[in-house]
Formats: sequence, C-alpha cells, structure tokens
Amino acid sequence: MKILHSWLNEFADFGNDVDGIADRLTELGLAVESVDRVGTPVKGVVTAKVVRLEKHPDAAKVTRVYVDAGDGVERHVWCGATNMKAGDIVPLATLGTNMPDGRVITQRGILGIDSEGMLCSGTEIGLSSDGSGLLILPQGTALGLDVYEALGVESDTVFDLDVTRNRPDCTGYLGVARDLAAGMGKQFVLPKIDQSATGQSLTVPVSIAAPERCSRFTVQVMSGIAITQSPDWIARRLARAGMRSINNVVDVSNLVNLELNQPNHAYDFDSVKDGFIVRLAREGEQFTTLDAVERTLSADDLLICNAQDKPVGIAGIMGGLESEVTDATTSIAVEIAYFEPDAVRATSTRLALRTEASLRFERGVDPYGAEFALARFAELLRITCPNLVVHSGATDARTDALPQKMRTTEVRLNTIKRVLGIDVTAKGLEDLISPIGFTITNSASDGSVVVGIPSWRNDCSSEIDIVEEVARHYGYDNLGKIVPTSPVHGRLSDVQRRRRILREIVVSLGASEAMPNPFLAPGDLAKVGLSEDNALKLANPLVAEESVLRTSLVPGMLKSIAYNQSHRIRDISLFEIGHVYPQGTEVLPDEFESLCIMVAGADASVAMDLWSQVSSSLGVGAQLTQDQPPAGYHATRSAQLKRGKLVLGSVGEIDPTVLANAGIVGRVACLEVNLSVVLSEVPKPQSAQVVSKYPSSDFDLAFVVTNSVSAATMVKALRQAGGNLLIDLALFDVYRGKGVNEDSRSLAYRLRLQAPDRTLTDVEVSDVRAKCISAAEKLGAVLRG
Amino acid sequence: MPSSDTLASEISQAQTEALSAIAGARDAAGLRSVQAELAGKKSALTVLRSQLGKIQDAEERKSAGLAINACAQAIEAAIGERMALLLAGERAQQVASEAMDLSEFVTAKRRGSTHIVTQATQRLEDVFIGLGFQVAEGPEVETDFYNFEALNMPKTHPARSEFDTMFIEPATAEQEPNSVLLRTHTSPVQIRVMQSWDPPIYAVMPGRVFRRDTPDATHMPVFHQIEGIVVDKGITFAHLAGIIEAFTKAFFGNEFTSRLRPSFFPFTEPSAEFDIRRANGAWIELGGCGMMHPNVLRAGGIDPDEYTGFAFGFGIDRMAKERHNVEDIREMYTNDLRFLRQFS
Repeated sequence: MKILHSWLNEFADFGNDVDGIADRLTELGLAVESVDRVGTPVKGVVTAKVVRLEKHPDAAKVTRVYVDAGDGVERHVWCGATNMKAGDIVPLATLGTNMPDGRVITQRGILGIDSEGMLCSGTEIGLSSDGSGLLILPQGTALGLDVYEALGVESDTVFDLDVTRNRPDCTGYLGVARDLAAGMGKQFVLPKIDQSATGQSLTVPVSIAAPERCSRFTVQVMSGIAITQSPDWIARRLARAGMRSINNVVDVSNLVNLELNQPNHAYDFDSVKDGFIVRLAREGEQFTTLDAVERTLSADDLLICNAQDKPVGIAGIMGGLESEVTDATTSIAVEIAYFEPDAVRATSTRLALRTEASLRFERGVDPYGAEFALARFAELLRITCPNLVVHSGATDARTDALPQKMRTTEVRLNTIKRVLGIDVTAKGLEDLISPIGFTITNSASDGSVVVGIPSWRNDCSSEIDIVEEVARHYGYDNLGKIVPTSPVHGRLSDVQRRRRILREIVVSLGASEAMPNPFLAPGDLAKVGLSEDNALKLANPLVAEESVLRTSLVPGMLKSIAYNQSHRIRDISLFEIGHVYPQGTEVLPDEFESLCIMVAGADASVAMDLWSQVSSSLGVGAQLTQDQPPAGYHATRSAQLKRGKLVLGSVGEIDPTVLANAGIVGRVACLEVNLSVVLSEVPKPQSAQVVSKYPSSDFDLAFVVTNSVSAATMVKALRQAGGNLLIDLALFDVYRGKGVNEDSRSLAYRLRLQAPDRTLTDVEVSDVRAKCISAAEKLGAVLRG
Repeated sequence: MPSSDTLASEISQAQTEALSAIAGARDAAGLRSVQAELAGKKSALTVLRSQLGKIQDAEERKSAGLAINACAQAIEAAIGERMALLLAGERAQQVASEAMDLSEFVTAKRRGSTHIVTQATQRLEDVFIGLGFQVAEGPEVETDFYNFEALNMPKTHPARSEFDTMFIEPATAEQEPNSVLLRTHTSPVQIRVMQSWDPPIYAVMPGRVFRRDTPDATHMPVFHQIEGIVVDKGITFAHLAGIIEAFTKAFFGNEFTSRLRPSFFPFTEPSAEFDIRRANGAWIELGGCGMMHPNVLRAGGIDPDEYTGFAFGFGIDRMAKERHNVEDIREMYTNDLRFLRQFS
C-alpha cells in the first residue's frame, strides 16, 4: 500500500519528519518497505522558449535548437526530439545540471559544435511518463523559472507499506492515519464530506438473491455531471499511488477507495436505473469484464445484474464494459456494498483476477462505511462538477448476514499481564485502544472488561486479539527483554548425538555430504530396480520430472555421482542422510531416515569396509545375507544387512545395468542403512576386559579355499578352533592367480594367541595351530606351503 | 718360564697392539670383531693370563695378574669409547643420508565434508542447547491437521493460500484430496512436541520444508527451517524478546542486537518479525515469532489459561548462504564436489 505523506497529513498533523513517521509506522506493524521522495525538482532545469530551429547538413537525426531562457541570450542546443516548434516552451537542463539518471550536462556537442544544455522530455526530469518527445509546457509560462515551480509541482514522500492480513483497515488512508495518530498522540480529523441531498428522490431498487454473500448494498444516484479531466493535483495524487487518471468520475471513485478503504462502483445511471439484482452466477455463465476479457463463471461466483438480469459486474472484483461511465454520462448510480470476504477471495483466486476492490473485499471492508464514503464521493466530485445533484432516496438494502456494528469480547486484564507481562488497568486499556476505535464497557470487579470492536476490524474477535492491540500501542520495545532460565537440560537426544557421530565417521571415511532433490521423475525408481507402486505422487508438482517422492536415496545419489563424473571430478565419494517416504498402510507414509554412501570406482569390498566402520562406531551389528541380493544391486556382489526378518540395509555394488542407465562409468560401491532403526539402538557400555600381562605368540596361516566357501565361514571355523586363546584374527591377503586353481583363492590370516594368566608353551601354540589347520581342512581348505 | 720383566713387556705389547687394533676399527661391526678377537682364546692377553699359573712367586704372580687386569680394563674402556664414537658417526651418517622432503607425501584418504546446511543447523542447535533447549524432530510428509488446522488455520483460512503447499495425491479413493501434504514449515512439530512432552517445554525443531516455489537465486522448493517454542507457566512477551536477543548475541556475536516489530502469523498472537543489526548498522529481517495463540496451545493439549508460550522460526539455508557468501542458493544443491569440498 503506497501512502503519500501529503495526503496522510490531511488526517492529522503528523509533521515533516518522514523518517520518524516511517519508524512509527513500522513500530505499529505497518512495516515501511521503502520511503521514496517524489517530485523533487531537478536543480538547473528551467523553462525556455524555442526561438528557431535549424538543420545541419551532416546531422540528419538531430536538430539545432536556439532557445531563450528569459535572459535574452540565445543559446544553441542539439536536440534529438522532433515534436517542438518555434514558440514552444520547453524544459532546458542548463550546463552543470545533475540529471536524475546520473548524467551531468556538459558542453559536449557533435560535429565540433558545442551544445549549451539539453532539452528534456517529461520522463527525463520525472514529471511524466511520456518520454516520446520534449515536454511542451503551457503557453504563457514565464521563462527562466524552475520547471517544477512553474508547473506548481510539489515534492512529496511515498511510504510503501507491507500491510499484513490482520489489518483490513489499513488498505486505506483512513485506517493508517487513525492508527498512526493514536501511535503519535495526534488529533485525528476525518475528511470533509458533502451530505447535501438536494435533488428529487431517485431510488434504484435492489434485490439480493444471495443474502449470505451480499449483506449490504447501497446505491446513491448523482446527476449534474460533466465528464472531464481531473485537476492536476488529483491526477498526480493517483499517479503517485500507482494509478492512472481516467476522468473525473473514475478518479473520484479511486480516490474514495484509496482514502476510505471503500471499494465502490459508479455506473452510468441509465444502464441500471431499473434496479440491481445480486445473485449467484449460473455454472458456465459468461461475462466480459472491464478489461475486455470474457470470463467463464462458476455457480459459486456472485454477480451484480441490472433489472433485466444482465450482469454488470462480478461482485467485489470488477465491473463490466457496458454499464461503464462514458463521455456522454450525466447521471451516475454509485454502489457501495459489503460482500462476504472468503467468497470474494475464492472467486478472485478461481479467475486469477486480483483488483484494488478484491484485495480489500477479501480482507473485509468496513460494512458500515458506505454512508460516509458516498458523501465523500459527492464532496470530491463537486470539485469538477459544481452543478452536482445528490438525489435523496438512496437505497440501503441489508440482509441478516450483515455483521453487527459493534461486536464485543470479554477481556481479562490478567490475560494481558500473563501474555505481555505488564499491569494494565481498565482505564489504561481504554487509553491505549480507544483512540483506534475500541470501546471499554462493563468493567467488572473480577478484573474483566467488555471490549467493543469497531466495524472496520473484522480481524478482531477474541481476547487475544485485543491483547495484540494493547501490545502494539504499548510498544513492543517497551515490553522489555528477559532471558528465561530454562529448567530443562538442553541437550541432543541419543538419536541426534549418534547421528552426529555417524556423520563424523562417514566424513572421516572420505565421503562428502550431498543433498539431492527428494523429488524424482516418474520412472526414476524403476531405473534403479525399485517399484514405484509404494511411492507417493505429488498432486501439484512444479514440473512432471519432480512429481514422485523418493522411497530410496539411491536414485538421487546416482544422479549426483553421474553429475560429478560428467564434470571430470576424481575420487567421487558422496553420502546423504535423509528421509524416504514409502507408502504404508496408514494415512501418513512409513517415512524413515536413511543413510546412503556411494563411492565411484570402488568395488563391493569398499562398501563392506564402510559398513564395518559404521557398524563398529555405532555399536550395531547385522547378518550379511548374500542369497537375496537387494534390488538394484549387483546380483553377485551385494548383500542385505539383516537382523532376523528385519532388513537394516544393503551393501555392495550397484547393478551394472543400473549404472549404465545412469550414465555412470566404472563400479559404484554403495552402503544403505535404515537409520530410524540403528540410531535408536543405543548399545550398552562396553565392560572393560583385563589386558593380559603375558607374552603373545603370532603365526600366519594361508589356505587355498574354493570360492564356494566364504571368507566369513573360514573366519568362523578358525575362531572356533582357536578358542579362548585366539585373541586376534585378521585376513591380510587375498590372492587369485598363478599357482592357485581358478575356482579358488588363497586367503592368508594372521593369528595371535595369548592367555590371560600365563605364558603359552610351544606345545600349546602348536596345538592351537594344528586345530586351526584341521578346522580349515574340514572346509576343504588346503594349507599353503 | 718368562721373567717378570719379559711378562711386563709382553703385557704392554699386547695392550699396545690391542689399542691399535681398536683404533683401527673402521665401523661398529669391525670393532665388534676386534672385540671378539681380543676376548678370544688366541688373544695375547688370554695367552698371558693362562701363563700366570706358571709363576712361582706369589707376589710376582699377583702383580702380573693385576697388570693383566689393568690391561684388560684399558682395552675394554678403549672399546667402549671407540664404539660410542663409531655409533654416533654411523647414526649421524644415517640421518644425513635419510633426508626426506615432507611436502612429498601421498594422501591415503581424503576427508569428506558435511553440507553447509548441516553445519549451520548444528551451530544453531548448539546455541539453543546452551540456552537450555532440547531438539525435536518430526515427519516431512504431514497431515492437514498438523500443518494447518492445529496451527489456527482452519480449512477456509486465507493464510493457507500463502504457503504454496505441495499436496500428496490421495492413495485411496476414500482419502480426502489435499489432506496429506509436504510440510510447508517446521511448525507441525510444535504440535507433536506439545502432544507428547509435558511443560516446561524448551524445544527447537530444525528440518526440511517444502513450498511450491520455482527455484531462483534465493528460493528453493525444498529448504530448511528451525523453529523454537517455550511453553511454561509465567512465560511472557518479554521472555520471547529475551530469548531472541540472547540467541542473536550468541549466534551472530555480541555486537549484534535484536528488535521485534508487530506482524501477523495465524499461529501466534501477538506476532512479530524479528530483525537484527550490528551497532549502527541497518536492520536485517531474520524471522517471525510471537506468543503462541491460545488455539495452538489447545491443539497441543495445553490449557492456555494455565500456560503461556512463545514460538519463533527462521530459515537455515540463508544462514549458510550468507556465512559462506554463496551467490546463488541453487549452487548449494548441485551436489558438485568442487562446491561441497570447500567447506570441510
């Protein structure tokens, strides 16, 4: 909402400290987004008369203009415009003028001929939006005067307010000024009105067929009108508020809307003199609005029709073309109505048509502002129409749905204390909120009062709304700052703490955290071997390629890997910790948090190493099941991480077909873990074991083992054979190749034996060694020489 | 039978020869073989010692024995001294020969990095933990009830349209359209926390939120917020202003200050925007806050006549963006390792 300083000052003496006014508005909740000076004279631009024009043979596009700026000296100026002739009065920017666009006027001309200034268009000096040629000033304008002064243009300030939804009163000057006057302790003055009903009685009948949607409809007939241009000050006022001047009637209609926050409509009287019908549209009914767009209506849209049931406007939004005021109009019917806000918003949204009227009606205008606004309309119209006749017999149709003039709510003074921390008496409350139209009655001994709510504040209905008004006018800054001492122990939960540990571990393992888009394209899940059946779909996606919610982190991570590969980035290792949303049986999906780590150019053993680090750092274990490869993984190089039937995750390599589809070169090692499970499993603290003081004995064993016997089976057998004395067992070499059968590999283990209570004898050591060898041999392993 | 004179000169000669052999040893290994030779059966001193028994005269035998021992000690001392010298020389030579350029190393494994949004989230969490808050979380796919209804935005509330909500297609024919959605703010967690925790509640709720916004340099349809609530007896607007001020100083630095100015949110009343600034600097709009609306407390199962509370919230992505001078927020979500690795 653009508010002009000069116009605002008509409601109270707010003074000229525009920064102070801006601060006060912001402190009241009318956030000032910008403060702009308008109409500031451009110093050095004076009125000058064109004496004669000359062409130069070598400069076809410009004219040599000789001007007189009132001092009798003939100045030569080069000029690119063509709309001037000798005798015209035009603005001359003299040498040294700082133009609003930053240019400084110098003598520099063309063809070696100086220019003693520049002639200006209206846009160049901020006086009009017409930049097509020079600004031609009225004949008779004195020469050598400052152009702004010559035209009587005063400078002004525009405050651009961000009016929040809870201030339906502040989309007009009236409400802003009322609030500001209260906030600054100024006397608030209503604008002048013309209440003379001089003419014969002229009544336009009104029939409201949708009483819930339109609860008040007033019509005032005015005659003696001559359609003309508005005076400059009105046109300038509208322009500075961002509106175009049309003619005197339309301009007054807009002024009343801006000033009093009362959208209104002036019809050509003849087109509506038989009456108005306010009714719901028929489904599919067509209507051409003022902007010459044909609109198709629904049965929920409200129409204003003439007595012949012909629509003349969409209620609260926009009028029609045919009932408009024309140059021939001499009588008008001015309508001011109250429409139900939610329905106006619904229609405005449905038609994607936002207007100055709809933006006010959908917040809720004052249902009792019509009389004053009609009188103000007459007052302003009389400026251009001295013969204006305001006819008696105005229509005021009301329905039962019309809101009460003054609604009330009970307010406990103690609630103000509990919420704001301040003691306010009934008198104090009155002092704070009566200047903005609230009333205090029925002050009770229990500390509660009845507060009357003005009709322009439909946002207020309950006690807490009044508390907010108190806070605004008491001043947020005056309510103090107290840091509360929390009685709660601030800390991370176990899950959150373990998540942070996990992140650190994964980062230390070389992966960087990615945040891929959780939205997938249809088919993305199928491309990684997953079903889309249990994926949620967006009802209103931004784009179709982002319409499926992920059920796995894999597609997003693969896209990230492919992106990095395509940018020739080496050592690609990424991870994500994020939610996935598979549909379950409840209303909400079985959403859970997942970890996915991917390393490009790495095989399944890298994924296993990641899992062993992650599992040991989190203290959680799982069985490795290779017989049911997880979907989308390499069928012979992957495993599920399971505990009983519960799947904790997947580990291994991504399926080569999936990689090819994703455009990825080389292998990708991948680990996925369901964090909702593993983070919440907080392991018991490890009990300390005594470190043996006795010497340990080491030996290595290398076996040739057929591929069908897993390394895990070997480890299990060796551990069993080694018994308690085997305190450490590590696979340190895997060899396939020359000297080993094709269906086998050599697995080399390092074993360490130690007893807690004695030094082991050679016999004991060789006994354990023999047992280990024999256990391995039972699996078909052959000890290597 | 040698004469004592002869013996003395033989001892002296043995010592001279031994010392010269020791001095002649070029390295520790050579010295060790000299040492072994001198202690061996064939060494002059061993031979001389074996002849001692042949000396009849006790006195003479004794003095010859002492002389041999003295000779042996002198040899031993010489070996020790020579050995120390040779070893020191050898170590010095080793150190000199092993010179290494320490800038010449191969990184076995590069450390990764956490995302800057994660880093910002953790810093924010830590500040609030210090102020006595716990951290709460909730689902990203939500019901209309938690995202709107419970937050004082009944079905027809005009503010709903401002959230640009992304809705989930109903899974079944029975499911009402638009009843399941991607949360547009972290505020649903307020309700979930109030429903499951008892006051006093001091909680912050960071998380991912969704709006149907076309991505541009400052907006993403998927972004992050942190929200905080305090619910207890005796909590007033002054406490809200106090927490905002304490947070401002703790997070941005002591030279920053905060202000609250009236605004509007359906879920708080009175509502405020909060701005921060450095002394004499311009105010920077940071987030929204206010006293929790009685209807919101009620939706969380809390009696507004017994308890009061406040809530505040703001975006996390912007914190990360501004801290690291990221020009375009979309860059934070390309997952380009050249971007990510800058912030390890």
